[in-house]
Amino acid sequence: MFQVRIHGRGGQGVVTAAEMLSIAAFEEGRHAQAFPSFGSERTGAPVVAFCRIADQEIRLREPIMEPDALIIQDPTLLFQVDVFSGLKKGGYILINTSRSFTDLGLADFVRDWPEERLLTVPATDLSRKHVGRPMPNVPLLAGFAAASGIIRLESVIKAINTKFSEKIARNNIAAATEAYQFVTDEIAGASHQEAAHA
Amino acid sequence: MLKQTEGSHAVAEAVGLCRPEVICAYPISPQTHIVEGLGEMVKSGEVTDCEFINVESEFAAMSVAIGSSATGARTYTATASQGILFMCEAVYNASGLGLPIVMTVANRAIGAPINIWNDHTDALSQRDSGWIQLFAETNQEALDLHILAFKLAEEVSLPVMVCMDGFILTHAYERVDVPTQEQVDAFLPPYEPRQALDPTDPVSIGAMVGPEAFSEVRYLAHAKQMQALELIPKLAAQFKTIFGRDSGGLTHSYLTDDAETIVVAMGSILGTIKDVVDEMRQAGEKIGVLGISSYRPFPLDNVRAALQNAKRVVVLEKSLAVGIGGVVSTDVRMAMSGLQLEGHTVVAGLGGRAITMKSLHALFAKAIRGELERLTFLDLDWDVVNKQLERERTTRRSGPAAESMLRDVGVVAARIG
Repeated sequence: MFQVRIHGRGGQGVVTAAEMLSIAAFEEGRHAQAFPSFGSERTGAPVVAFCRIADQEIRLREPIMEPDALIIQDPTLLFQVDVFSGLKKGGYILINTSRSFTDLGLADFVRDWPEERLLTVPATDLSRKHVGRPMPNVPLLAGFAAASGIIRLESVIKAINTKFSEKIARNNIAAATEAYQFVTDEIAGASHQEAAHA
Repeated sequence: MLKQTEGSHAVAEAVGLCRPEVICAYPISPQTHIVEGLGEMVKSGEVTDCEFINVESEFAAMSVAIGSSATGARTYTATASQGILFMCEAVYNASGLGLPIVMTVANRAIGAPINIWNDHTDALSQRDSGWIQLFAETNQEALDLHILAFKLAEEVSLPVMVCMDGFILTHAYERVDVPTQEQVDAFLPPYEPRQALDPTDPVSIGAMVGPEAFSEVRYLAHAKQMQALELIPKLAAQFKTIFGRDSGGLTHSYLTDDAETIVVAMGSILGTIKDVVDEMRQAGEKIGVLGISSYRPFPLDNVRAALQNAKRVVVLEKSLAVGIGGVVSTDVRMAMSGLQLEGHTVVAGLGGRAITMKSLHALFAKAIRGELERLTFLDLDWDVVNKQLERERTTRRSGPAAESMLRDVGVVAARIG
């Protein structure tokens, strides 16, 4: 079972992101369960949503306390919420930012992490550019697809088409496609660097 | 057709396939998505020959449901928490009059303190209302139970509550198999009411009954629930032949045959318990789970049969009968009467408190060691409780308890679970 926890703020489409991730996984014939952490759904308040993906029926209903991957939709949460709580060692960390992990003050925390698991996507910028609104959830999902290979970009696009009306879907697909490429390049850069170190 | 969708949406689709004629509801979390979905389906014409009535309160919702059902219309509504309390008087009338209304209860705690999260105290507050109460374990079962509920309600002329865990199921996206209209039509025939208000054939419904016949009319309600006890397994079998799935029924046993320890529970927590049971089985413990699907009528014989060879029984319930302990436990104990079993009541998951595998492992291990109390509150923060008790012991004007205890707990925004 692969478990993803998404952190963000009310209004950033955190819950929708988890739901879309589950739809994308379903499209690939897998079992998936998405659910929000319930309650504090006020604009700007910290929100958490969860998604489990597995090859058999998922019976477990507890919140995800030991995620394999974290998607952080708002980097200002890093200093407000214990977003890294329970994250598996070497798990994927995907942050919506145009800064680096070091600039975000995370260098110590991720010292032993594999480079290709540490990813940043300027998702708000991409969303503004393509959708015209700061809605980072879809670009991050596409970035997660590129980083993890757990779901394909085509499945993310199917999920976008399920969730949004035609025009909004089209714009989100453009944002997703650029984010996917961005992360693909980021990983290529990281492995290139590692090769250079070796 | 297989779909990845929200539990509320799956239920709305199921209700739509049952060809409802009147839907009336007042919005309250976490039920709202269901009737919103149905409202859209009626407006778009996806559901035809159906009147969607916006009402001004839950009391009105159940009153409209009573009126429409009394005219012979297939009637649906949904509510939760304070909503069910507000409609309570009409809830008793619906069953007393023998009207087969189907109502979803998206289970949520009851205030005060106000709390929008999940537990079972709302539905269980109506356990003696005369309604049949079915509890869903998954979104698939929630969907299926609505189709079963209309058939059951109309065959015995009693209303049915389909209870599904608020948020945990209603707001969860998971895979569901949505049946076809043909399948649902093959299972659920058009409603043939036993009584109907009809100007061309006038009757009155709702007589005042004095001591001369009140007991007899009330006994009839009990007799009908006993008929439902017989009927529920038969309907589950019919359902399986048409839809190819096990859904509904009275109880669901999981690894209970040779179990020394049996956990009894209702609703979506059964899934997490099964995962814990699998792990404990691998470690050699003889442990199993009994899920109660039909809480009213309560299947005393089935529960007794499932438990009689065990050594100990742990009833894990999302409800609290203040002043005694368990609600479900009381009924399970009745089913066990005369059996030499250790019985434990565990109150868990109140007001949305997460029930984790870790806590369940520790709990069941404690039960197996013979160290579990008769009544336990899972993961209770004793520091917070004792601090408040101390405050009340030492200060007359100790102030509002909930506010003080929240201050003692501190900031919760940073919490994950």
